[in-house]
Order: sequence, then C-alpha cells, then structure tokens
Amino acid sequence: MSDTGIAAGHAAAPHEHHEEMDFWSKYVFSTDHKIIGFQYMFTGMFMALIGGFMAYVFRMQLAFPGESVPLFGQVTSGDYNMLITNHGTIMIFWVAMPVLIAALGNYLIPLMLGCDDMVFPRLNRLSYQIFLLSAIVLIISFIVPGGGFGGAWTAYPPLSASAEYNHTDWGSSLWVLAVALEFAAFLLGGINFLTTSMNARAEGMKMMDIPIVVWMINVAVILFMASVGPLIAGAVMLFLDQRIGTSFFLPAGGGDPVLWQHLFWFFGHPEVYVVLLPAMGVVAEVITTFSRKKLFGYKTILYTTFATGVLSFTVWAHHQFVSGIDPRMGNIFAVTTLLISIPIAEIMFCYVATLYGGSIRLTTPMLWGLSFIVEFLLGGVTGIYLGASAMDVYFHDTYFVLAHFHYTFFPIAIIGVFTAVTYWFPKMFGRMMNETLGKIHFWGTIIPFNCIFIPLFLLGMAGQHRRIYNYNNFPDLATENLQDLRVFATSAMVIMLLFQIPFIVNFFYSLFYGEKAEKNPWKANTLEWVAESPAPHGNFKELPKVYRGPYEFSHPDAKEDYWPQNVPN
Amino acid sequence: MAFHAPIATGRSNTGIPTGRLAVWWLLASEVFIFGGLIASYLLHRLNNENWGEIAANTSTPAGALNTFVLLTSSLFIVLAHAASERKDIARTLKFIWLTIGCGGIFLVVKAYEYTTEISHGFVLTSNVFWSFYYTATALHACHVIAGMFIMWMISHDVKISKNLHRVELIGIYWHFVDLVWIFLFPLLYIAK
Repeated sequence: MSDTGIAAGHAAAPHEHHEEMDFWSKYVFSTDHKIIGFQYMFTGMFMALIGGFMAYVFRMQLAFPGESVPLFGQVTSGDYNMLITNHGTIMIFWVAMPVLIAALGNYLIPLMLGCDDMVFPRLNRLSYQIFLLSAIVLIISFIVPGGGFGGAWTAYPPLSASAEYNHTDWGSSLWVLAVALEFAAFLLGGINFLTTSMNARAEGMKMMDIPIVVWMINVAVILFMASVGPLIAGAVMLFLDQRIGTSFFLPAGGGDPVLWQHLFWFFGHPEVYVVLLPAMGVVAEVITTFSRKKLFGYKTILYTTFATGVLSFTVWAHHQFVSGIDPRMGNIFAVTTLLISIPIAEIMFCYVATLYGGSIRLTTPMLWGLSFIVEFLLGGVTGIYLGASAMDVYFHDTYFVLAHFHYTFFPIAIIGVFTAVTYWFPKMFGRMMNETLGKIHFWGTIIPFNCIFIPLFLLGMAGQHRRIYNYNNFPDLATENLQDLRVFATSAMVIMLLFQIPFIVNFFYSLFYGEKAEKNPWKANTLEWVAESPAPHGNFKELPKVYRGPYEFSHPDAKEDYWPQNVPN
Repeated sequence: MAFHAPIATGRSNTGIPTGRLAVWWLLASEVFIFGGLIASYLLHRLNNENWGEIAANTSTPAGALNTFVLLTSSLFIVLAHAASERKDIARTLKFIWLTIGCGGIFLVVKAYEYTTEISHGFVLTSNVFWSFYYTATALHACHVIAGMFIMWMISHDVKISKNLHRVELIGIYWHFVDLVWIFLFPLLYIAK
C-alpha cells in the first residue's frame, strides 16, 4: 500500500521515469485521470448509440404504427414500453451523466487546476469500473426472460414494484440494480472531484481563479450528492419490494406509492441541474474564448450558480401536481419553480453580455456554444408554463412536457457535449478536427432537432398523451393532420441521426490523420492549454504557477489578446 | 504495476489533509442516504398511529445495551487516535482491537434480537414497520461490519508504523456509524 497522506517527498520526484506500459495497464486499468475520462466518454458514446437506436425504433412505430421497422422488425406494445423506458434511462444516466460530469470532470479538473492527477487515482479507476459494471447490468436486463423493464424511466410503483403488474420480473430488478450501482460510481467519483478541487490547485490559484466549468462541475457534484441519497434508500426499498415481498410502495400491503415519487423527484429535479451546470460551464469557456473578451460577471455567474443549486431542492413536487398532493402545496411549488428561472436567466444574460462587443469567431465549438444558449432558452421558457400548476393539470404527461424536456436535455446532453468535444479535441488527441465537416454536422443536427420537437409541442397542446403505443386506438388523436406531424417529427429524427455520420467520420479521421494541434490552438488562457497536445501522463513538464484569473482576454497590459494564467506579467 | 501517488495527493490548499476531507465528503453522502430512509420512516410513522404498538415488540434493553457498547467503542477509537498522534504503537493497536471487539459485541446482541423477533414471527415482510426496522438496522449493521474490516486492515499498517493518520480517518467514520445508531435507537425502540 502506498502512502496517500501528506508526502512532501513525492514533490521532488515527478513522473519522469515511466517505463513503457502494455496496452492493458495503459488504457484499461490506467489510473491516469485523462484515460479514465476517455473511458467514461467512449462508454457514454456507445450507450448513446443504443439510446438513439431505441428512439429511432419507437418513433418509427409512432409514425407508421404496426408496420415492420427496418433493422428491428415488428414492435409489440411490450417492446415499445421497454424502448421508451430504457431510452430515457440510458440517455440520462448512461450518456448525460458520464459524459458531462464524469468524462469532462475527470479530464478537465486536474488539467485546469494545474496538477498531475486526481488526488485519489485508484478510487477514480474503481469509480469507472463500477460504472462499467452498471452499464453491463443494464444491457443484460434487456435480454433476460420477460425482457427489459417497461415502467418508464421514473419507475413509479406499484407498476415497478411488483412483477404481477409489470410482467418483467428480472428486467425491473436489474434496472434498479444498474441505477443504484451507477449512483455509487458517481458518488465515489464526486468525492475525488471535490477533494481535488479543494486541495490540489496550482500554486497561486485562488478560489476566484478557478475556471467556471470546474466550479460548475463541483456544484453539480454537491447537488448530486445531496439529492441522490434518498433515492438510493428508495432504490433499496424498491428492490426489496420486488424481490423479497415487502410493501414499502405497495398500497395493498400498507405502503405508499407517492413516497417513491417524492424520493424520485427530490433527486430527479436537482438532477436536471446536475447535468445542466457542467454544460453551462463548457459554454462559458467557449464563448469567452471565441469572443476574445473577458467572461462577463464571473462572480455573478458563480453566486447565481449557488442560488440555482439551493433553489433546485425546493421545486421537486412540480412533477406531482396531479399525483394527489395538497393543492396548497402545489401553489408553493409553482412559486419556487418560477423563482428558479431567475438565476438561470441571469447566467444567460451574463453570457450574452460576454458576446456583446467581442470579436466573435464562428468556429464549430462556438456555433455549438451559441446554439446552446438559443435552444436551452426555448426549453426554459416552456418550463414556465409547466411550472404553473393550473396549466400543468392540462399539460401533464402530454407531449408538451416531453418536448419541453427535450428542449432542455438535448442542449445539455448533445449540444453541450459537442461543444466540449469539438473545443477540447486538440488537447485530448493532439490533432485538429475538420471545420467543414464540423459545420455540416452542426447544421445537420440543429435544424432537424427543431423540426422534431416543435411538432411535438403542437401535438402536446392538441392533447396527445405520452407513453401510448398506437394512437389509432384514440379517434381524437388519430386524425390525419396529427399523424402528419408525427411522420414529420420522425422523418426529421431519421435525418438527424444520419447527420451524425459526418461527426463520427470527422472524429475518427481527425483522431489519426487530422492536422497536428499546437499547445494552445484557440489562444485560450486556462491551464490545460499549457500542457502538450495531447497531454502526457503527469500532464505538465513543470507544474504551472498561477498569476491571474482565467479569462483575461484583450487586456490592455498584455502583449497579445490573451493572457494565460501561468504567464508572470 | 507499481503505483506512485501523484503530486496532487500531497497538496493541501485548504490546510486540511486530503484524506480527512474525503472522509467528510463520504459521510456527507451517507447522511443523505440514511436521511432519506429515516425521513421515509418518519412520514409513515406520523400517518400510522398503530406503529407505536408494533414498535413495542422491539427489545429496548437490548437496544440500550447496544447504544452503550457503541458509545464506548467511540471512546476507544478516540483513545486510539490520541495514541497514534504520540506514535504509541502498542496503545494504538490495543484500542483499535478494543473498538473492533465492541463492534463484535454489538453484532452479537443485534443477532440475538433478530433471532428473538423472527422466532416471534416478526419478519421483514410482516408489515411496513418491520420492513423499515430490518432495512434500517441491517444497513447500519453493514456499516459496522465495514468499519470493523477497515480497522482490521489499518491495524496491519499500524504494526509497522505506517499510515498512522488513517486511525483518525476510521475514527471519523466510526463516530458517524455511532451517530446513525443514536438516531435509529429512539426512532425504532423507544418511541412507543
């Protein structure tokens, strides 16, 4: 066992004498934070392919009900439930979380703070291994007898608690197990992020010199930590209900199904901010770099982030306005829900103010960053309608909710991730991505995205309920013009999926044959750009010292239009 | 592969040792897990007046004995920490083993309670009170076992005067395990 206490002796002997490692110890069992970040990223991308394919199958079923779907075949109602459930589960827990928090946090935190690794590298590796196990358990749940769980990603009991109701005896238990394992993995990772950010910053880096994205990832980790605990307890209870026959959530045995809803949404709503904050942090880095202008209101953004974090714990019951909770409680949660739009709007204004008067460069990462602001705004504004409890009674569980949700999560999990990948690709892999392919991919994703979800808002307002397998059984919803909207949305979705091919081609082509990247291709200030591209094991030849904040662009005292944090005057 | 601790591990911007910081964050996340369970129990309890009568079937003397045992073990681990600060290896080891011993007594008493309750027909699935009782106490007992196991691992290092700061870290964790019991005891045993 090695010494993980305070070991001043190590400072004198950095990682210079590294023996050549074989493939397994270099890429599979590595303790290097960058490799672990890549492991999370590639696992997340693989899961995104599965989640995307699921969306393709059920959208085809909705557009052309009853017809055989290419690459899948006939979709039964059981398949349909399983697909929508696991599409949601995968995209949130196995794509957004691992890529935005785990991959970016692992990759960026030590580099941006100017240290050689996380403070607990082996704990970090264990965190990924548990995460991988959770992904495997989830995938196994699709093929066990009875098939995968089909009770929606929210897993409301009694449906989820008893095989008598859900008919997926094994699938539902493995689903709970996978989710619980995933939570444990992120708790371990989060402890590492927090301790590294608190204790291992470069010499001279004060709290207010920490890049916004690192701040936001850390706030997200604390939100996750404080919200997921009750749901872990809930998952244990649900698992016991399923397997042992307790009745925590089964009314027949004296249990209370609404308790699960509280536990789930007490986690579920902060979870939105858990993934939103890292994405917003990424966007902050990108827009300040490509506006060549100091980020507007660093401290304002920071304090409003804290305010968002605190408020996010007070809004959860706006998901339960029609669950039979006291209407007076509904009023309170409607007010808190409207309140939380204020700090988020403030951050948005800071971003727009950063753009104002800057010399804007429309590179691919900048296009993604700008589109994040526009698209997320639409998601945020439609949320205000749903937060008003009176309107929610009508909108509840319609496609309006679904479209609102996707207008928030698509910018977070897709746009945010593409912003980050295109921006840090040179640092990650030492080569530049192709700008032309990048822009084709950008427009080919953004335009179809809006074509998918604007029709779904309209369908929702027409009263189209969620989680229905075939609308032909509902005369009011089976009209020709509503069906046209469904076909339109599905077509746009297929086009969007096809436009991911340029990205995959660009990613792998650039990985091997792209133009070699210099250390600091975007002329940015933060410490990761001081390291070589790609950053080697140990990150820096000489650990950097910090002399100023992270966003000193176009400063009158600096020789150039950027002033890296590590340059002494 | 030989593992070298990175330079980052030795840094301490806050002045708090990184290990201690990590234990505090770990406990923060544990607080919310137990907090969620206890809050769920309380909500049920407030809506079910008859739970007082069901709770009367738990053995308050056995619970009180266990409370005493755990509190004593907390004292022992503090004494172990104090001894480790003075690099008094023999005394540190003695108190670590006394703490582990108390953990053992706690588990034996708990096992006796479980046996009695099960033999009276009160099992996990009897009703929601017993479900909470077994879930909460078993989750707590798992933490006791984990703590004892980690102490045993640390004792190997202590023997060769290595990583003495870890005695403090397990001490912080052990106090938390103790504290959870301080909440569970009145909620499950005393409040009738």
